[in-house]
Amino acid sequence: MNRWEISISVTHPHVCAELSLHFKILLLILFGKAPRSCNPENLFGLAVLSKHPLNPPPPPPRLLYKRLVWEPLNEKRCAYFQAFSLSLSLRHDDLKEMLDSNKDSLKLEAMKRIVAMIARGKNASDLFPAVVKNVACKNIEVKKLVYVYLVRYAEEQQDLALLSISTFQRGLKDPNQLIRASALRVLSSIRVTIIVPIMMLAIKEAASDMSPYVRKTAAHAIPKLYSLDPEQKDQLIEVIEKLLADKTTLVAGSVVMAFEEVCPERIDLIHKNYRKLCNLLIDVEEWGQVVIINMLTRYARTQFLNPNMNESLLEEGSDKTFYGSDEDEDEEEEEKEKKAEAPMAKRKPYVMDPDHRLLLRNTKPLLQSRNAAVVMAVAQLYFHLAPKVEVGVIAKALVRLLRSHSEVQYVVLQNVATMSIKRRGMFEPYLKSFYIRSTDPTQIKVLKLEVLTNLANETNISTILREFQTYIKSMDKDFVAATIQAIGRCATNIGEVRDTCLNGLVQLLSNRDELVVAESVVVIKKLLQMQPEKHSDIIKHMAKLTDNIQVPMARASILWLIGEYCEHVPKIAPDVLRKMAKSFTNEEDIVKLQIINLAAKLYLTNSKQTKLLTQYVLNLAKYDQNYDIRDRARFIRQLIVPTEKSGALSKYAKKLFLALKPAPVLESPFKDRDHFQLGSLSHLLNAKAGGYQELPDWPEAAPDPSVRNVEVPEWTKCSSREKRKEKRVEKPFYSDSEGESGPTESADSGSLNGLCRLVLCEQSSEEEERKHQRKSDQQKSDSESESDEESDSESSQSESDDSDSEDPVCNNRKHKCIDSCFKHSCVYSLVLCLQNISPCSALKSYELLHRIRGEGLSVEYCFSRQPFSPDGNMVAVQMQFTNNATSEAKNLHMEDVKLQSGMRVKEFPEIELLPAGETATAVMGIDFCDSTQAANFQLCTHTRKFFVSIQPPVGELMRPVFLTENEFKKEQGQLMGMNEITEKLTLDAKCRNEHTIVQRVTTAANLSRVPCGSDKEFAGRTVTSGSLVLATVATKEGGAAQLTVNCEKMVIGTMLVKDVLLALTQ
Amino acid sequence: MIHSLFLINASGDIFLEKHWKSVVSRSVCDYFFEAQERASEPENVPPVIPTPHHYLISVLRHRIYFVAVIQSEVPPLFVIEFLHRVVDTFQDYFGVCTEAAIKDNVVVVYELLEEMLDNGFPLATESNILKELIKPPTILRTMVNTITGSTNVGEQLPTGQLSVVPWRRTGVKYTNNEAYFDVVEEIDAIIDKSGSTITAEIQGVIDACVKLTGMPDLTLSFMNPRLLDDVSFHPCVRFKRWEAERILSFIPPDGNFRLLSYHVSSQNLVAIPVYVKHNITFREGSSQGRFDLTLGPKQTMGKAVEAVLVSSQLPRGVLNANLNASQGTYTFDPVTKMLTWDVGKINPQKLPSLKGSMNLQAGASKPDENPTINIQLKIQQMAISGLKVNRLDMYGEKYKPFKGIKYMTKAGKFQVRT
Repeated sequence: MNRWEISISVTHPHVCAELSLHFKILLLILFGKAPRSCNPENLFGLAVLSKHPLNPPPPPPRLLYKRLVWEPLNEKRCAYFQAFSLSLSLRHDDLKEMLDSNKDSLKLEAMKRIVAMIARGKNASDLFPAVVKNVACKNIEVKKLVYVYLVRYAEEQQDLALLSISTFQRGLKDPNQLIRASALRVLSSIRVTIIVPIMMLAIKEAASDMSPYVRKTAAHAIPKLYSLDPEQKDQLIEVIEKLLADKTTLVAGSVVMAFEEVCPERIDLIHKNYRKLCNLLIDVEEWGQVVIINMLTRYARTQFLNPNMNESLLEEGSDKTFYGSDEDEDEEEEEKEKKAEAPMAKRKPYVMDPDHRLLLRNTKPLLQSRNAAVVMAVAQLYFHLAPKVEVGVIAKALVRLLRSHSEVQYVVLQNVATMSIKRRGMFEPYLKSFYIRSTDPTQIKVLKLEVLTNLANETNISTILREFQTYIKSMDKDFVAATIQAIGRCATNIGEVRDTCLNGLVQLLSNRDELVVAESVVVIKKLLQMQPEKHSDIIKHMAKLTDNIQVPMARASILWLIGEYCEHVPKIAPDVLRKMAKSFTNEEDIVKLQIINLAAKLYLTNSKQTKLLTQYVLNLAKYDQNYDIRDRARFIRQLIVPTEKSGALSKYAKKLFLALKPAPVLESPFKDRDHFQLGSLSHLLNAKAGGYQELPDWPEAAPDPSVRNVEVPEWTKCSSREKRKEKRVEKPFYSDSEGESGPTESADSGSLNGLCRLVLCEQSSEEEERKHQRKSDQQKSDSESESDEESDSESSQSESDDSDSEDPVCNNRKHKCIDSCFKHSCVYSLVLCLQNISPCSALKSYELLHRIRGEGLSVEYCFSRQPFSPDGNMVAVQMQFTNNATSEAKNLHMEDVKLQSGMRVKEFPEIELLPAGETATAVMGIDFCDSTQAANFQLCTHTRKFFVSIQPPVGELMRPVFLTENEFKKEQGQLMGMNEITEKLTLDAKCRNEHTIVQRVTTAANLSRVPCGSDKEFAGRTVTSGSLVLATVATKEGGAAQLTVNCEKMVIGTMLVKDVLLALTQ
Repeated sequence: MIHSLFLINASGDIFLEKHWKSVVSRSVCDYFFEAQERASEPENVPPVIPTPHHYLISVLRHRIYFVAVIQSEVPPLFVIEFLHRVVDTFQDYFGVCTEAAIKDNVVVVYELLEEMLDNGFPLATESNILKELIKPPTILRTMVNTITGSTNVGEQLPTGQLSVVPWRRTGVKYTNNEAYFDVVEEIDAIIDKSGSTITAEIQGVIDACVKLTGMPDLTLSFMNPRLLDDVSFHPCVRFKRWEAERILSFIPPDGNFRLLSYHVSSQNLVAIPVYVKHNITFREGSSQGRFDLTLGPKQTMGKAVEAVLVSSQLPRGVLNANLNASQGTYTFDPVTKMLTWDVGKINPQKLPSLKGSMNLQAGASKPDENPTINIQLKIQQMAISGLKVNRLDMYGEKYKPFKGIKYMTKAGKFQVRT
C-alpha cells in the first residue's frame, strides 16, 4: 500500500499543541477516526513540507484543509524532513550563538537568516531577546535588520521590546536629521501600548523639527499612533493642524494622508491651507498627489457651488432624444425638486469661485503624469468638480492609461464605464480605442464591451454592430455571451437598429454552441417583449428550439415567451406544454416554474385542449422537492381552477396572468455607480468599503469663501524661534514663485503692484534658495556649526520681519514689496522698472542661466522694452545676475559671441565684483535683424564660462508707434493680400473684457494701442527695418473673435499671429 | 494603506510575506486561491477581491502574483501602480524578477520593501534613492562582501530624499559621459478580413540611458513636436517649458529611465508596414482545413522589416498542422493550439509564406470561428510617425558628453482578423 503523507508545515515546537489539535481534526476528516497518539514528536517524524504554516492564531479549519496538497513522499524527502525536524531547535541555538558573538559578520549572517525566515512566514519569535540586544549595533545593516525583526515581533513580546526604546529615544536627539527620522520611524512602528506617551512626545517634538524630512516622518507616525491608541485623537489633530500649515512639498502629501486617516471629517482644518496645497501640488511626490487630490475633491464638494447647475436648468426645456437616457431624466427631476426648494438661488447667474478655478487649473497638468493613480485622481476630480464643457480633457489621458498593464486597464475601464453613462460625448472620439483584441483577458474584454455599449448612438451604431459581429465569432465563450447581451442593450436603446439586431440574434439561434444560443434566446425574449405582434414567426422558431436547448435559463425564457404570447402561436403552445409535461421531473427549478406558468396561461386561454395537461403538471409540482415549486403549484391551482372555496380572486385570474407586462429596461450595471467617488475602491466594488468617505452633495449656497483667506503671513506674528524656523520655505521645483500669493491678487491688480511683486518674488525666492543651499551645506557639516549658522540666518530674517510687522494689515503686501526691494539693494532695478510702465503690465523674465548649472550664479533676463540708447536698432535686454554661491564672483563679462549674419550685439559693461548673495543688473543690446534667431555667447566669470543663448519672442522685435485711427486704417489698406493674416479664435473665458484683451496683446507683443479705435487696434514697427506691424482684434458675441495682423514681413506676421493667438486663448 | 504583501508563484505557493502593520495571517490568501481556481486563465484573476475583513489587490508579473492586503478604502490604482513599481525595482536590482531571484536575494528584497513603504504609505520609490540606501547586488560585490564582511547597505546616508530633485543622486561620477536616447514607437492596429484598417494608432516612448557626471541640465527639442498629441512625462521634465516652447528640459535621473511616453495624434494617417494575405478555411464534413499565409512589406519607407514573428491561436478543433514555411520556422503547440511562425527578415523580392493543411478532430463539425493573426516586427532606424529629435544640449557641466539617438519601430498590438 502506498504511504501517503500530509502536507502541513511545522514552524516550531511551540505551536505543536495547537497543531496536534488540528491534526486530529484532519485525520478525523480523512480516515473517520482520530489516531491513537498524537504527540508533537510523532508529528515531526511524520510531517512534512512547508505549504501553509499553522501560525497562531489558527485560520478557520475549513479554509485551511481545502488547500492541503497530497503527494506521496519519496525517500529523499522523508530523510530531509527528519533531519529538518531534528535540527530545528538546534539551529536556533546556533543563531543565538552567532548573535551573541563579537563579530559583526556573524551577527549579520544570523540576522540575514532570521529575516529570510520571517520572509518565508516562519516563526522566529523565540530569538527575540538575542536579537534585541543588537539594536545598538554599530553595523548599519545589522541595525536595519534588527529593526525589521523588532517591528515584526514587538507586538508579541511587549515587555522585551521595551528594552530597545531607550536606543531610539537617544536617536531622536541625534544631530543628523536622517538618524532622527529613522529613530522616529522605528519607534512609532513598534506596536506596544505602554509607549504611547513616549511616541506622542516624540511626534510632537518631531513636528516642529527644523528638517522637513523629520517632519515628514512625524506625519507618517501620526496614523500609526492613532491605530494603536485612538484616544489620542485630539492631541494628534493638533499636530496635524500644525503640520498642515507646513509649506514644504515633502511634508504636504504625508500630512494629508494622516489627516485622511485620523480626522477626515475636520474639513475646517483645510480652509487656511487650501490655496497653499493647490499651489504646491505639482511638486509633491506622486503618491502624495493622489491623496491630496482625493481629499481636495471632497473639500471642493462642500465649499463650492455646482458649476453645472445653470446648464442643467437650460437643458430642462430642450426636447429629449428618442432613447433619452434615464440619468438625464433623474437629473432633471432632481433639478425640479431643487428648484422648488430654492427658487432664488437658481436664478442667480453662476460665477465660479476663484479657488474652485485654482484647483482645476493646478491639477490639470498632472493628467500628464506617468503615474496612473495620479491621472485617475485628476480625472475623478474633473468628473466630480469641473463644468461639463471642461470635463472632456480627461478622456485623452484615461484612454492613454489603456495602454498600461492589464490591472490598470481593468480599473480604468471600470471608471470609464461609469463616466461614459453620464458623459457619453467625452469618449465618443476615442471609440476605436475600446475595440477588443483577441489577446485581451476576458475581464478586460467584457469591460470594453460595456463601454462600447454605453457609447453607442444612432451615428455610430452601425460601426459598433459590425465590430460586435466579429466578436461573436470569438473563441472565448463568456465573451461571446457578453457580446450578445450588449447587442440586446443596443437594440433596446436605439430603436432604429432593433430589427437588424433581432434578425442577427435569430441567426445565432442556429449556432452550434449551446451557450451562444441560450444567451441569444434570453436576449431575444427581452427584445420581443417590446413588440411581440410583429414577430410570431420568431416565437415559432424558438418553440422548436425547446427540443435541443438544454441551458435552463434559455428554456425558461422560451417557455415564458410562448405562454405570454400564446395567442400568436395557438397551435404550437399546447404541444410545447405536452412535451414539457413529459420531461417535467427532469427539469431545473426555473424551468419547472415556467412550465407551471405556461400551463396556467394556456388553461386560461385554451382550457379545452390543455385542461388535463395542466392538472397533470400541477399534480407533479405538488409533490416536487422544491417548496417554491410546491407553493407555486398550490397557489396557481387555487387561482385558476374554479372550486366552491376559491374566492373572488379567481375571477380576475385572466387579468392577473395575461396583463400587459412592461418591457424590461436593459441597463448598464454601471448606472448610478457615480454616487461613489470615482477611482475609489468602493466604486470598483460597488459597495462601501471600510473607511470610505462619502462624496458630499454640492451645497445649495456657497459657504463663506473668505475662510480660505490667509490675511497676514503668519510668520510675522510668530514669536518663538522654533516656530519661525519651520515656516521657512524651500523653493519648489516647478511651482510658480508667485503662486503663494493666492489667486485673489493675481494679474489684474495694479501694474505697479504687479511689478513690485515680480521683483519681490524673484528676490525672496532667491533668498530662500540661498538659504536652502546653505542649509544643505550644513547638513553635511557637523551639528554645532549647523546650529550656529542657523541662528545667523535666523536673526537676519527676523530683522526684515520686524519691519514688516508694523505695517497695517490691509496693504501689507505692497508695502512689504517696496520695503524689501529697497532693503535688498535692488533700488536700481526697481527704478528702472518704474520708468518703464508702458501699456504693458508685468515684464516676463526668462532664465538665462540656472543656478544649478551656473554653480550658484543665476542669471535672468527680460526685454525691458526701453529704447536702447547706444543704438536705436537694437533691442534692450536687461539681465539680472544673482550670486547664490558662498563665494563672490568676479569679472562677469561676455565673450565669443556667435551670431547669424547681420546680427549685432552691444555687450554689457563688465561687472567687476558680485559678492555672495548679492544681485546686480546690466543692460545689453542686440540687433536681431528682425528674426527670432538666437544670439549665442559665453558668459564668463573669473573662473568659469557658460554657454548661453538669448532667443527673442517675436513680440519683442518691435517697438510701439503712435498712429491715429485714420492713419491706422490707411496703412492697413496698403498692407492687404499676402501681407494680411487673419485668424478666427475663441477667447479664453477670463479674457472677454476689453481691458484684459488689451493687456494680453501688449504683453505678448510690444505694440501700442491706437487710441479711440473702435476695434482693438495695435500698432508698432519692427526694430531693425522699421516695417509697420498692425494688429486688430475684433470681438464678437460669445467669445468668438478675429485677429488680423498686417505686416510687410510675412514671417514676422505669421509668428506674431501665433503668439497673440496663444496669449488670447490660454 | 497597504497592510501586507504576499508573493505567490505559479503553483500557488506563498514564498514571501511582508507586513507593514500588525500581522495578517496567510490564510487570507485562500480567498485569492479560490478566485484563481474560478478564473480560466492566470490573467483572468480579478485584480481586486473583497474578503470579509480585507481586500486583496493583486498584479501578475513574470508569472508571480503580488498580492497586497488592504483593510480600508484606498484608490485601487494607487496600490496597483505601487505594486508595479515594486516589480520594476526588483527587475532593476536583480536583472530579472523571478521567484529564484527573489529567493536568492530575500534580504535585499526585504530591505527594499521596508524602505519603499512606511506604515503602508509609499516612502521612497525612486530607484536612485533606493540605490543609495541599498546597493544592488552584483557578483563582485557579493564576493567582496563575503570575504570582507562588509555590507550592501549604503554607509552614507542618502541625501537624495531631501533635495528638490529627488530622482537624481548626488556626486555622480563617470569617466565616459554618455547620454543615449531610444525613440521607440509601437503600432497598434486592427486590420480586418479584407485588409482595410479598422483602427491604427502609434504610441511611442523615449527611453533614456544617461550616464553623466554631476548635475547636468539637458534640453531636448524635436523637429516636429506637433506630432505629439498626448504625452506623459517622467517627473523630472519641466512641464511649463514644454507647454510654452515644446522643448523637453530636465535634470535627468542617473541611469535608465523612461523620459516620455506619447501618443501620435490620430489625425495623421498611420503607415502600416506589412500586409498579410491569408486564406484559412475549414470545409464542412471534411477533417481537413487549408492554411495559407503570405506576408509582404507595405509602407516601410525603404527600411527592412526584421524580426517578424507571426502567432495565431487556432480553433480548438484543430489537432495538428502540416505546413510548409518558405522562410523561417514554425511551431504548433497541440495543447494550447498556438501556431507560431518565426519569419525573421522580410525579403521584398521573395515574400515569405506559410502553406499547408490542418487536421481537425474527426467527426467534429467545422469550427465557426476564424483565428486572428498577431504580428510582431521591428524596423530599425525609423520612427514610423516621422518624429525626429532636433537637438540635445547640455548645460551646467563643462565636459562634452557623447550623445546618441536611436529610432525604432515595433508592432505593438497588431492584429489581423481573418
